[in-house]
Amino acid sequence: MKPDRIYMDNAATTRVDPDVVKAMTLHFSEGFGNSSSLHSFGSDAGRALSKSRETISRRVKARDHRLVFTSGGTESNNLALKGIAFANRKRGKHIITSSIEHDCVLNSCKWLEKQGFDVTYLPVDSEGFVDLGGLENAIRRDTILVSIMHANNEIGTMEPIGEIGRICSDHDVWFHTDACQSFTKAEINLEKQNIDLLTINSHKICGPKGVGGLFIRRDVAIDPIMHGGGQGSGLRSGTVNIPGIVGFAKAVEIMNDSRVEHMTRLRDMLIKGVLDIDGSRLNGPMRKRLCNNAHFSFRHIEGESLIVRLDLKGIAASTGSACSSGSLEPGHVLTAIGLEPEYTNGSVRMSLGRENTKDEIGYALEALNESVDILRRISPFKN
Amino acid sequence: MYNETVMEHFMRPRNTGEITDADGIGKARNPVCGDVMHIFISVNKNNAGEEIISDIRFQTFGCVAAIATSSMTTELAKKKSLDDALKITRDDVARALGGLPPIKMHCSNLALGALHAAINDYHEKQKQSKGNAQAGTL
Ligand code: FES
Repeated sequence: MKPDRIYMDNAATTRVDPDVVKAMTLHFSEGFGNSSSLHSFGSDAGRALSKSRETISRRVKARDHRLVFTSGGTESNNLALKGIAFANRKRGKHIITSSIEHDCVLNSCKWLEKQGFDVTYLPVDSEGFVDLGGLENAIRRDTILVSIMHANNEIGTMEPIGEIGRICSDHDVWFHTDACQSFTKAEINLEKQNIDLLTINSHKICGPKGVGGLFIRRDVAIDPIMHGGGQGSGLRSGTVNIPGIVGFAKAVEIMNDSRVEHMTRLRDMLIKGVLDIDGSRLNGPMRKRLCNNAHFSFRHIEGESLIVRLDLKGIAASTGSACSSGSLEPGHVLTAIGLEPEYTNGSVRMSLGRENTKDEIGYALEALNESVDILRRISPFKN
Repeated sequence: MYNETVMEHFMRPRNTGEITDADGIGKARNPVCGDVMHIFISVNKNNAGEEIISDIRFQTFGCVAAIATSSMTTELAKKKSLDDALKITRDDVARALGGLPPIKMHCSNLALGALHAAINDYHEKQKQSKGNAQAGTL
């Protein structure tokens, strides 16, 4: 059986669920009002907004947090980092993050360094875990924020955010975590895990693109980075994207435990099959791994060549190989986990979705085996 | 990102493999991304007494463009005299492939580097064997 096309790049983005589309459509045609308006069109929109806010807030047991809607994960992370930095610069100028964060966190940090802030980039171990002792040692009297992601977008490592939250609260430092990949796929409890700020987004969970959010504990001092009409409690000006937010909430509603279990099962099947291929390795941990992430390296195989071959077989995956990046350098995550050079260039990420099936995993394994074999045959490196 | 000709050479690369008793072997490494190519050539004289590349094979570890340019370089060099083969430029290779994305132009240096190295290797070996032959007659 050869399926038509198999999408295994759900960490990049996902297909929007038909129920989400349906929920959104209504808010383009009928409930199109501006939630700031006084008339009934406005209040209808306002109601939809607060209902969506409730649905999403419930998912992370938010009590003392407000939820500010943004245009996505990148904006949320920018707001968290820059907003906290500028509102608290009298208290201190030190920020701690990890070396495997998403580019929008790392590049925000680099920009903040240019503005006079001081950033510590914590190293990670060979599976991508931040060292808790190292974090504790890095906290100084002038530290204002710790920003460490929940699940790594490339290698799927789930950082121990509960422990990190506790350390931060013990030291009276605000803790932000980027949960773009893990939201609804792994448990998040803002209170239990001592999370002060949480970045979430919609398009990784079958919601629309262009919508995200930032949970902010009420007593956190934060400045807006977008100035205007004062929407989003003054933290995010701009007319509220009601259809997008309604769709986001619907996507959250739809995502349940059985879907997570389904993805976990397929992921484990895929990992087991790939590790049978000669010269393959799993990047990231075996346990404490994001339910839909599988990331491999094949010794002496170049990732772009492999991805293109897979694509011609109908399988969509992604690679962080040097050849495929604009800079021609291996990605910062693989460098941070200390992967040997003969493995860094041959990396492939296969991120599953709830629409994937067992048959598709079987087919993908066949295609991988064949493609690796062909590329090895024309390679100067034997095995 | 890649055109049809590039994809065709990537999917069905010409002249792959090695020549066990090659007259010249060249190796090149892309300093930017670490990719590696080996070229093997057999050299014969044609009727006019010119040295030509009678057979050529390659092995490449690299991206789509690296594999496609390797394939095309061997196609262009095959049956050419050594002097003419040395004149092939990366623009020739790119043109024969119908164009390469600008960021991938550097990949064709890999193939040409290996080709030049193989021809040099051949000349070196010739010198040595001549030297040996002379030494033998003394
Ligand atoms: S050989 Fe690495 S980018 Fe082409």
